[in-house]
Amino acid sequence: MVDATMPLRRRRFRVRNLRFWIPLTWIMMLVLAALCAPLIAPHDPLAQDLFLERLPPFFMDGAEPGYWLGTDSLGRDVLSRMIYGARIALFVSVIAAVSTGIFGSTLGLLAGYYGGWWDRVISRLVDIWMAFPPVLFAVLLVAVMGTGLTSVIAAIALIDWTRFARVIRAETMVQAHMDYVDSARIGGARRFTTLVSEILPNVMPSIIALLMLEMGIAVIVEAILSFVNLSISSDDPTWGSMIAEGRGAIHFAWWVLLFPLITLFLTVLSFSTLGEGIKKKFDPVLSS
Amino acid sequence: MLLKNVLVRLITTAITLFGVAVVVFVLVRVAPGNPIAMMLPPGATSEDIANLSALYGFDKSIFEQFVIWLGGVLRGDFGTSITLRQPVAELVLGRLPATLELSTMALFIALGLGGTVAVIGARKRDTATEVGLDLTSGAVLSIPDFLWGLIFVLLFGVLWPILSISGRIDPRIEFDFTTNFYIFEGLIRGRFDVVMSTLSHMLMPAMSLALPLAAMIAQLLKQNLKEVLNQDYTTLARVRGFSETSVILREALRNAALPTLALVGVQFTFLIGGTVIVERLFAFEGLGNMAIDAVINRDLPLIQGIVLLFAALFTVINLLVDLSYTLLNPRLRHG
Repeated sequence: MVDATMPLRRRRFRVRNLRFWIPLTWIMMLVLAALCAPLIAPHDPLAQDLFLERLPPFFMDGAEPGYWLGTDSLGRDVLSRMIYGARIALFVSVIAAVSTGIFGSTLGLLAGYYGGWWDRVISRLVDIWMAFPPVLFAVLLVAVMGTGLTSVIAAIALIDWTRFARVIRAETMVQAHMDYVDSARIGGARRFTTLVSEILPNVMPSIIALLMLEMGIAVIVEAILSFVNLSISSDDPTWGSMIAEGRGAIHFAWWVLLFPLITLFLTVLSFSTLGEGIKKKFDPVLSS
Repeated sequence: MLLKNVLVRLITTAITLFGVAVVVFVLVRVAPGNPIAMMLPPGATSEDIANLSALYGFDKSIFEQFVIWLGGVLRGDFGTSITLRQPVAELVLGRLPATLELSTMALFIALGLGGTVAVIGARKRDTATEVGLDLTSGAVLSIPDFLWGLIFVLLFGVLWPILSISGRIDPRIEFDFTTNFYIFEGLIRGRFDVVMSTLSHMLMPAMSLALPLAAMIAQLLKQNLKEVLNQDYTTLARVRGFSETSVILREALRNAALPTLALVGVQFTFLIGGTVIVERLFAFEGLGNMAIDAVINRDLPLIQGIVLLFAALFTVINLLVDLSYTLLNPRLRHG
């Protein structure tokens, strides 16, 4: 028994580090790919060549040198489209997560700290929002606002703010009853100042953890909206439009679906693992 | 006390549904694109458009339209679909069984799979097996249903094609359904080919919906089991000679299940919400698939009907979970 637990403890320790470094490395690779896309992409992501359509990836018979991950039904290079797709994916995820975070956290802080009518109205809104099926809500919002990346980002913020509002409201309520808040108030700080300079820093770790999760969610939402043809035009290289194209051509060229799918999978997993890690690191109960 | 709680919950549920109705009503009406112009053939005069708009009541103010629509809803009349030209209530209720069967199957898979993993994790607690299960369920949890669906399509639809990737039943099967509950009706009328075909079509979409919930149940139930397993009465059961597995199954599971139940209820509504895109992905003829078509075609009455039905489903499930939680938990019942 004793022999069995000792190496386990060490293994757990290492696993925890790997759970931080592997996702971080993947995200950094994506950032690098997005920044240097024109330098590293072997081909123009929009260039169509009908003589090169549905080329298989390098490990299969009939692959063409230079087209490592094959081509899609219009002869566009899958690898290059994935590299350029990282730009749009990261752009959407950062902007959407930050706007969702600011919007939702503000409402959560107000509801949790001021209580009363603030809380009643915001909580009722959260209830109403949670009664919508989120994907249908997103599709509806983008249909209303018109397709395009701005609509996708706005839709994410308008739907997912409840995730931040619920968590931050609950945490703010806990913090508001702590002694340090009372002493700040006795020291003469105004209520709003106390909220911003005392409570906000204490709920910040939760906000950052939620931001990480939200970035993963945003990538998925963009993919879903591309899938139902409501994101940007299907020529533009997004992972979602590649997946939609791959789903359509699945019986002729499965690799068009496989590679963007793996990328999306790893990205979502990385964001959520990092988010969990941050939450555990700052949570005194969980980290002990 | 209980009665008062129920009343308060019923009133807030009504307010929530009313809010949903207002939001969706206003949203679909500020959307660009004239639904009437879309249903007329090209070359229709503006007079034709005006006539048809009047027929559907679109010439009135949004407020008037809302009052008329709400009056209809309270009488059970949800209007007429613009593209399908049938009563919305009929269309929506015709599709609801498909979505209900799919989400119920997903729920059972999630409970079975998550419960099994939780019991194994609790049985093998503090070993490498538990760490492995934790890591796996953590990863499974963070991948949403949409991605699982795509992974299954690729794996079992194409690379190893053993399951059908579209539809709800093999179209070659001849069977005249009186209800749209294919599995239920197939069972009752003894048509097992119908049941098997429906089940095999539902397996992949149901698994996609079930996996994240299964992982969540596995984590939470295992945590609760481990807490219960440290208590005196389980030690007593061990002293009396029960094996660890039967202590878990006979003694601990019942007490650990209650906190899990509260979570499963809320998560089940998320699962139902997920059917929208998963049905689309598998061309499954349920409510969600119809909803996306309705949005694309600007079929305002149909969108309103579907969203309202989903919202009603969510709030009713939450209500039932809260009530059963109160009834099952003695501390809350007498509190």
